[in-house]
Amino acid sequence: MADAEIIPIGTRGRPGRGTGSPKPSSAARSLAAKPAPKAASKGAATKPRRATPRRTSKPAAVDAIEQVTTEAVPPAAPPSAPPSAPPRPAATTADRGPLAGIAPDVWLSMLQGAAREVWGEQWEPQLAQLLAVLRRRLTGDYEVDEFGFDPEVTEKLTLALLRPIAEKWFRVEVRGIENIPAEGGALIVSNHSGTVPLDALMTTVAVHDNTGRFLRLLGADLVFRMPFIGEMARRGGATLACNEDAERMLRRGDLVGVWPEGFKGIGKPFSQRYKLQRFGRGGFVGAALRTGVPIIPLSVVGAEETYPLVGNIPSLARLLGVPYIPVTPFFPWLGPLGLVPLPSKWLLEFGEPIRTDEIDAGAADDPMLVFHLTDQVRETIQQTLYNLLMKRESVWR
Amino acid sequence: MGRVALVTGVSRDLGRRFARCLAATDGIDRVIGVDVVPPRGDVGAMSFIRADIRTPVIAKVIAKEDVDTVVHMSVIATPGSAGGRGTMKELNVIGTMQLLAACQKAPSVQHLVVKSTSTVYGASSRDPAMFTEEMGPRRNPRSGFSKDAAEIEGYVRGFARRRPDVRVTLLRLANVVGPHVVSPMTSYFRLPVVPTVLGYDARMQFVHQDDLDRVLRHAVLADVPGTFNIAGDGFLMLSQALRRLQRATVPLPGFAVGQLGSVLRQARLADFSPEQLSFLTFGRGIDTTRMRTELGFEPDYTTAEAFADFASSMPASSRISERALAGLADLLPDDRGPVGATRG
Repeated sequence: MADAEIIPIGTRGRPGRGTGSPKPSSAARSLAAKPAPKAASKGAATKPRRATPRRTSKPAAVDAIEQVTTEAVPPAAPPSAPPSAPPRPAATTADRGPLAGIAPDVWLSMLQGAAREVWGEQWEPQLAQLLAVLRRRLTGDYEVDEFGFDPEVTEKLTLALLRPIAEKWFRVEVRGIENIPAEGGALIVSNHSGTVPLDALMTTVAVHDNTGRFLRLLGADLVFRMPFIGEMARRGGATLACNEDAERMLRRGDLVGVWPEGFKGIGKPFSQRYKLQRFGRGGFVGAALRTGVPIIPLSVVGAEETYPLVGNIPSLARLLGVPYIPVTPFFPWLGPLGLVPLPSKWLLEFGEPIRTDEIDAGAADDPMLVFHLTDQVRETIQQTLYNLLMKRESVWR
Repeated sequence: MGRVALVTGVSRDLGRRFARCLAATDGIDRVIGVDVVPPRGDVGAMSFIRADIRTPVIAKVIAKEDVDTVVHMSVIATPGSAGGRGTMKELNVIGTMQLLAACQKAPSVQHLVVKSTSTVYGASSRDPAMFTEEMGPRRNPRSGFSKDAAEIEGYVRGFARRRPDVRVTLLRLANVVGPHVVSPMTSYFRLPVVPTVLGYDARMQFVHQDDLDRVLRHAVLADVPGTFNIAGDGFLMLSQALRRLQRATVPLPGFAVGQLGSVLRQARLADFSPEQLSFLTFGRGIDTTRMRTELGFEPDYTTAEAFADFASSMPASSRISERALAGLADLLPDDRGPVGATRG
């Protein structure tokens, strides 16, 4: 207790601003420079000496009370210690910073603790791997495929960023995942909704996390015309929704996702939610027929409520060359806050695969058969949507 | 049998190198190089005739020398080297017309090999990921080099119709790179600070200059008619290529890159034609299946290897930020090496 460190608070009784500057402020100087307080402090210092003789003359009861008071105030003793300790330099603001006085080894153990927290016990190889990835990104030493797909950045960055949104915000629930083949080409056909193509992104996350396969999206040419979005789409494995690209991907044995409703589906008003729009010209059926891959219908419930589209600004949309400018109850009224999707509960149901390998490849040139298959896929998705809506207790839960 | 080959456009480096390489090939007796200016550098066994392919003189050369193989390499991509867009168009289009007219009149001509470019496919957001030989551009080019290339291909197809006895091989090459290549693409990569289009990243394929010589020689000897895409295997993104070069980049919006391009063109530093700008924005992929199956050609260099060879010929960037990045990259571990040697 006697050699306890005194943590200086304020100016330690010396005049000054408390900044550690040796020069006191003028106000403090005017207070401190007067000789009278000096005399007073001298008097205070001499007091204890005078107190001892007085104590003897006092009665025992009074003495006892004094004893109690001295016991009750034990810190009275330490003040005698500072004069014996070496004089501390005045504390500066730098010394009192929040990170001051933390030793390097403490820093190291803190970083190790943080790394263990993030990557678990195996943090060292994990961190080395991360740094290796960083090195490859810096030196350009990575591979992209003919569509510009970059598996590394997709797996380590894009999907990692989207996963919390899928799991925590939309609480995506996946059904019928066993309908997706473990390998070989397949075409996933889904309903499109929600003003912003979040359903495509969430499906990608769900498919990757449940099957370990990358879903290759087919996007409208508008996607690839837009800066940043087009770049990200290509990097994430998307390509233009045209027969050449779809067939090329399916022939390679990729899992391809297509939203045949296109802008008609995603930009439909909230009043028409869960009503499937026309399925384009059935080009996706032709691609599946020519490559002989199964068509997997996918019904997504929940995406319609993320951004309820209540209006459109057609003139501005025409000016900007986009299919629609959405007006939702929150956008553009709340500004950027209106861009936050509503936290609806999502259900994804993958239906029974529709096999096309038994149908003759030349059937792709038979428009009647193509229309028939298109309708079959469309009806399946629509029926599943109705079933899921009936089972759903609430939009939000 | 001795074959006599005529090579146009030998004043430029690629043409001269190919002509020299062809002259050293067995089965080719004589190689005649034709251009308006004499080639600089070693021409080997090639004999040079100074003739302008835009004039009927070329017909006399073909008739006199009894040429049976014509290799047309005189398609230029940059107006800068020709002295203006007008001259460039005349060299490309009128030159090809005269050359083909001369070939049509010459009964000795049996083989025609034309070096074309993948620029004929254009580059846009509506492109399929890979162009096969049957596909055309999504939007017909209205000006510039891509229009010239499209017109030249049109004349070549017309010639093939009129002279069905002549074997015509049209090679559409991706961008040729190599230590000695001077092209719009290589001068772009040689800029000290490379402007890129903000928000876009182009897919690119490259052909090494040695592969260009090989494929042209293969096309001369192999006697396979048709149109073929030629590119190295694999793809590089523009950003990836620039990182491999360790070049500093400055992303600019598309229109600003175009304006900067015209400034650079006036300064003779680089040539940013509109089709190059769209290529740098959207990129392009060409399908090389037929190159393997029908033409029977296998490139020695992949896209990445060709580009690495080109990059090794360039001095390292002297910019501090790039050096710092490279130094940082050297510090970081390589996950193919031992793991665990590093600590946080």
